[in-house]
Amino acid sequence: MVSTVYAITLVCMALIAAVFYFVIVNSKKAETDYSSITKKWYGVRGKWFLFLITLGIIITFASLSPFPLPDQKKEYAGNDYQTVTVGAYQWYWTMAPDTVEAGKPVAFFVTGEDVNHGFGIYDENLKLVAQTQAMPGYTNKLVHTFDKPGKFKILCLEYCGLAHHAMITELTVK
Amino acid sequence: MSSTAVASRKIEYSDSENRNALIAVKAHLIGGLLVFLLMMLAGLTMRAAQGTWIEIAVDLFYQIMTVHGVGVVGAAGIASTGVLWYFLRQYVRLSNTIFWINFLIFLTGVVMILGSIFLGGYGGAWTFLYPLPAISMGAWSTGAAAVFQLGLLLIGTGFLILYLDIGRAILAGYGSLAAALGLPQLFGKVPVDNTHPPTVVAGTMVLIVNFIGIAAGAVVLVMGLINLYNPEFKPDALLMKNLIYFFGHVFINATIYASVTAVYELLPRYTGRPWKTSKVFYAAWFAIVFLVMGVYPHHLMMDFPMPAWALIVGQVLSFGSGIPVLVVTGYGALMIVYRSGIQWSTTTKLLFLSLFGWAAGVIPAILDAMVTVNRVFHNTLWVPGHFHFYLLLGLLPMIIGFTYHLTGEGRRGDQTKVTDNFGFYAYLIGAFLTSMVFLASGASSIPRRWAVHMEEWVTFAQVGAVAAALVVLGTLLFTLRALFSLPGATDPAKEA
Repeated sequence: MVSTVYAITLVCMALIAAVFYFVIVNSKKAETDYSSITKKWYGVRGKWFLFLITLGIIITFASLSPFPLPDQKKEYAGNDYQTVTVGAYQWYWTMAPDTVEAGKPVAFFVTGEDVNHGFGIYDENLKLVAQTQAMPGYTNKLVHTFDKPGKFKILCLEYCGLAHHAMITELTVK
Repeated sequence: MSSTAVASRKIEYSDSENRNALIAVKAHLIGGLLVFLLMMLAGLTMRAAQGTWIEIAVDLFYQIMTVHGVGVVGAAGIASTGVLWYFLRQYVRLSNTIFWINFLIFLTGVVMILGSIFLGGYGGAWTFLYPLPAISMGAWSTGAAAVFQLGLLLIGTGFLILYLDIGRAILAGYGSLAAALGLPQLFGKVPVDNTHPPTVVAGTMVLIVNFIGIAAGAVVLVMGLINLYNPEFKPDALLMKNLIYFFGHVFINATIYASVTAVYELLPRYTGRPWKTSKVFYAAWFAIVFLVMGVYPHHLMMDFPMPAWALIVGQVLSFGSGIPVLVVTGYGALMIVYRSGIQWSTTTKLLFLSLFGWAAGVIPAILDAMVTVNRVFHNTLWVPGHFHFYLLLGLLPMIIGFTYHLTGEGRRGDQTKVTDNFGFYAYLIGAFLTSMVFLASGASSIPRRWAVHMEEWVTFAQVGAVAAALVVLGTLLFTLRALFSLPGATDPAKEA
């Protein structure tokens, strides 16, 4: 997902840069009949607009069905889920339990106990695999299934004061 | 440009009013540029510290981070207001006194904010995310947090006073905000008048969204101030977050919509081609009014208790907000420059660059505003990657391009100075690299707002520091140029 998004970004930016470069290269030679330019390119603009609208509709439906965030009204109890209760404090985490199994969904119940924090789960290569905010007065339910065992790091992803960067703990996946 | 038609709409001021107005605009630009330069030095310092090239205490790092954020937003606000006001006063009668009052209130607020940070130790980030200002674990006092928020409140009040004057002037000149936006023309109530000034349309849009955005900001600042001195008053954290991001997003977003008036006004002069308003133009700007105010939930996608519909709206409108620039303004700039015989100067290069920066900067923003993508990009350095692209390569080139125009560069057909050329390319390369390193860092999951980086991330920060140094160099040359050439420059409108 991350590398795909990054690649799409670079390609689209390069295309936009190429269009601007094309116009710069073709800017010196003056064409006095501006109306012929506008007539031609207004036509293209209509198609460009339709393309973007169509693309937007397709992306919207493809990316939002099913809705990619866990249902917050669901209990996530019983044998289908492992549950972990997470408390975020300035500047440490409490996590009970701190060991879960791979292959079975884990429901994290995350709360900010003082200020806003961000609960970010990083794998052993320091890649972010899932996150949610930890807010005072709310319990965010984050559901994630770990593919393989390992030592995962929990990093704070919302600025919470002077030791924000030191707010790190470990989650063991067996 | 359709100069005859537009000229017929222009407001007449006395010479002394014009002189005074020009001084005020120059003060806004020079003030803005100086603050931008200092904030870039702050950014360079942070990147160097993350790259382990310099060592600074974490409390100082977060104070610098706070001043960097609030300083850039403030400088963007004041400088873009200078650009918009300069052009808008040509079509509606604006008060010099109110313009100066806002500037002086702004400076007062800046002093308060600097005091709260560097004397009071406030380091709660410019977003003052409730309840962090009140709960610092002893890092700063309640008084420091209060002065910071009062400073922001004061600055917001100044802007609201200015917008009241702008609103009064637009209503006096056009009868209604709808007419100024061109809505009767859009909906066929009156024939399309393609000499209706784009600046008036943009100015009206900025007035509407910023008035509402700043009012929301004032509400959340007052609630935060009450909480500071009466901790029993505990507003809902999610409500506060909504208000803060609504205000913050609208305010910073509006700066580019205010500054784009420089492109609408100046590219036609340098290409000899008109930038005519049309139904498509009015429709785009009418949509922008709602898009700018409606996209802010994309900041709250990892706040799972947010209603799903709000996040879906945030995603859809974020995509939609890219369309006006990709289809109307950016596209229009491409058409107007294509085979125009334009004389490339620092002014025109910067103005044209600004549209590229805006259009390309939209891409990482739209992608991160998708819920499914946001799960692994939110609060990583991808986010500053997007907004540095948008601000350094979109907004600032508009403001600096306008500044160069005011100095007379570009209009006289002089050969571009070596220092201007050097500054432009140092800035261009530095700004592009700064943004791209942030994006690459975000794609590597590096979190934002960390004073100390893990060993694996240090190289990114070091490359970022080199890039930031280039940005500082380019901006220093731009600022020196403004300091030397701007004070004595005559009003180009008089020469036109």
